Amino acid sequence: MSWLPAVVFLGVCIAIALVRVGIGPTVPDRIVGLDTVNTIIVVAMVLLGAAFHEVIYVDVAIVYALLSFVTTLFIAKYIEKGKF
Amino acid sequence: MLDIITYVLIGVGLFFNLMAGVGLLRFPDFYTRLHAGTKCTTFGSIFLIGAVVLQSVAAWIDGGWGSPDSVLALHAVIALAAILVTNPTGAHAIARAGHRSGVKPVQAVVDDLEDARVSD
Repeated sequence: MSWLPAVVFLGVCIAIALVRVGIGPTVPDRIVGLDTVNTIIVVAMVLLGAAFHEVIYVDVAIVYALLSFVTTLFIAKYIEKGKF
Repeated sequence: MLDIITYVLIGVGLFFNLMAGVGLLRFPDFYTRLHAGTKCTTFGSIFLIGAVVLQSVAAWIDGGWGSPDSVLALHAVIALAAILVTNPTGAHAIARAGHRSGVKPVQAVVDDLEDARVSD
């Protein structure tokens, strides 16, 4: 199986989402772009684990998914009230 | 046959992830960008991780019970479950925070949740 071209394509998708993070007119726009980048990174790490037959990539992807969820919740709470 | 199914799954997943990026760039306001960026990546990651699980389970069946591909298959399923739980929840939190911080949809006239913004 050729997983690496799929990972490169996901890198292109990450670059497109990072454009929105850069030019987003409001703060929630940038957070939406960041959340999209996080999800695509998790999928790309699972694909890399399948490409190199290394299970540790998939384990790191699980931890990354949960930590990015916590990060998203904290940023959302911050922009909702202006303080933690 | 198995490789064909896997390539179709990868193609569908990559298409939806690309649509997430295009939607993030092209849609007019915050709520529609949230719609594109969250739902499309969730749906695309189902297919992409599904391709990984399919190949891993096939290698698991070939390699016997103690094959190392079993760990890859099970952990990929756990990663998919983590994405499926956390991604819509995070999107809901972002939408709520965006509405309460004063972002309105483009061309919006009526906001029925106006009083929810000023409470607490």
